Amino acid sequence: MEVNGRAVTTEVDGRMLLSDFLRGVIGLTGTHVGCEHGYCGSCTVLIDGASARSCLMLAAQANGSMVSTVEGLADGEQLSIVQQAFKSCHGLQCGFCTPGLLMAVSEMAAETASSPSRDLIREQLAGNLCRCTGYHQIVDAVEQALGSTSRGPR
Amino acid sequence: MKPPKFRYHAPSSLDEALDLLATYGDDAVVLSGGQSLIPMLNLRLARPAEVVDIARIDGLGYVEAGECSVSVGALVTHRKMETDPEVARLLPMAREAAGLIGFRAIRNRGTVGGSVAHADPSAEWPAVLLALDGSVEMRSSSGVRQVDASDFFKSVFTTARRPDEIVSSVRFGSRFAGNWGFSEFQRRTGDFAVVVAAVACADSSDRSGETRVALAGVADRPVRCAEAEAALADASDPRAAAEAARDAFDPAGDAHGSTAYRKQLVYAQVLRAATQALTRRAGRRPDG
Repeated sequence: MEVNGRAVTTEVDGRMLLSDFLRGVIGLTGTHVGCEHGYCGSCTVLIDGASARSCLMLAAQANGSMVSTVEGLADGEQLSIVQQAFKSCHGLQCGFCTPGLLMAVSEMAAETASSPSRDLIREQLAGNLCRCTGYHQIVDAVEQALGSTSRGPR
Repeated sequence: MKPPKFRYHAPSSLDEALDLLATYGDDAVVLSGGQSLIPMLNLRLARPAEVVDIARIDGLGYVEAGECSVSVGALVTHRKMETDPEVARLLPMAREAAGLIGFRAIRNRGTVGGSVAHADPSAEWPAVLLALDGSVEMRSSSGVRQVDASDFFKSVFTTARRPDEIVSSVRFGSRFAGNWGFSEFQRRTGDFAVVVAAVACADSSDRSGETRVALAGVADRPVRCAEAEAALADASDPRAAAEAARDAFDPAGDAHGSTAYRKQLVYAQVLRAATQALTRRAGRRPDG
């Protein structure tokens, strides 16, 4: 597979989850593991550009795919637009859910042509749980990142 | 949480996959999108010796319109059903249902064939299949067979599929697909639905008055409700249909709701879905 543009070739156990592969085998611990059964969204990565739960995939299933993790978002010291928006809008506190949210929002940013409503943002991010922020600043950050001009009711 | 040990197979052709299933029988499970199987492995609710990953098999990712049906290959994802323009045109109920399955990341990977083969009694696809006179195509190394949705779903996680068979495609009838209604109740966005109602009916000009009311979440498998169908066919009365459906089932209560609560949900979902179907049949757009 290719992870953040780098080719990775290795043999793994059939039962190894992609999340454990990313964290334990190639040392990309930015992908966080929360519930481990697909509910919390912390382990969200992109597989060929589409968001996926890395805890609900075997590493072997990603064979031949392009995997993008939070480590691949920034260009050196330069944060991505989505990361910068989370920073400036205080879209995180403890940061545990943040890698998953950043990846889910990056997927939205890549495919959303017009500025989404706050309702749509909330719907799109329903699969990413955050226990700190109450979501308001996260939605603010997504609005900023996706170029929404009008602020809907919070 | 880690999956138990198993041997992983990634056949590149259907024949190869069918040979594996013929060899290992009950010891093997089929993996497609993995959005039901992998959590079950993580929680060790499933402990298969062999896992056969069919995702690399070509030719199971099609949506193909026939004369009065649409065939959907087993590996078509929920997300494709949600976004495909042909699905939106021919099977608007399927498009609506697809968008309500899990979360975006789940829909990106989960497949129609996987969901149907898994047969969760509150899942969307089985109910949609029943409402649209659907059927399930299965292949094994000894041949191919087509089973009506009404005969396919047997009980919780139990279907007519034999261990040596793969669900290769499902077929949705498109005869009544324009006059449709779909409503479900989830406790939180992305949760499994507590109750799903799917309604389809023949055009007003069609004297048969044929009507389908399918429900999930009320029994150990998706079911049609003949009493509600009769109420709709005879009197075009959504309220009578909703009352009939409420009275027809006694879903078991659990932490997510008592029997009385679930019966009330059945009433509400059937009322909404039946009203939508009749509104569309009259050539109007349903509210909301």
